Amino acid sequence: MTVEILTGENYITAVLKGELDHCTAAGAREIIDARLEKYTPRLCILDFSGVSFMDSSGIGLILGRQRVASVFGGSVRVKNPSRYAEKIIKLAGLEKMILPENCKV
Amino acid sequence: MKTVNYMKITFPAMAKNESLARSCVAAFAAGADPTVEELTDIRSAVCEAVTNAIVHGYRSVAGDITLTLKMTEDNCLYIKVSDKGCGIEDVKKAMQPLYTTAPEEERAGLGFAVMEAFTDSLRVTSRPGKGTAVIMKKKLTDKFES
Repeated sequence: MTVEILTGENYITAVLKGELDHCTAAGAREIIDARLEKYTPRLCILDFSGVSFMDSSGIGLILGRQRVASVFGGSVRVKNPSRYAEKIIKLAGLEKMILPENCKV
Repeated sequence: MKTVNYMKITFPAMAKNESLARSCVAAFAAGADPTVEELTDIRSAVCEAVTNAIVHGYRSVAGDITLTLKMTEDNCLYIKVSDKGCGIEDVKKAMQPLYTTAPEEERAGLGFAVMEAFTDSLRVTSRPGKGTAVIMKKKLTDKFES
């Protein structure tokens, strides 16, 4: 799994690529948290378009970043999850965290 | 129902073997020509079971995980993930959605919920101090039948 961080005005986007499981989530968490703490953005977008596999570790990653961001009043949103990732996000009741498809962030 | 194929592998409880386990089940199931959705479902379910064994079963000790796969004549895939770890005191409680004993590892408490949602049946047997076995069944689309 690779994570690329793009920074914008008041937001950061973490572009995740590869398979997201318990093993790879740990590394992704470290990279994203380092930037979250450095920039304290209002919005943190997790771009899931390159995530080819995800289990419930993805939910832990989303909720964990929300916890970190909420310390400085920020929030987390998920962008472009695959149909399968979306299935798990819905199972966790987090569909409200998914950005609408036409969203221009 | 007659068994048409089976496989058994044992590997150490290391996080990097989560991907090994789901690749194995995908390769095994490929023989039955499953749909992409079915394949994703079983990969996720197996990954959750193996992760549970690593994170919980072998939290404080090292050990082995055994993945047993069986395909029956009626295109049902039986998956068993077993460990000889610490076991679960209260299986019912452990299976409750959002319940987790590893919040520091950012476990969402959804492992069993995913296994339940993505397979047709789930059975968990556990003995404290002895280990845990998770047995799942997934009926794969029989393309010749429909």
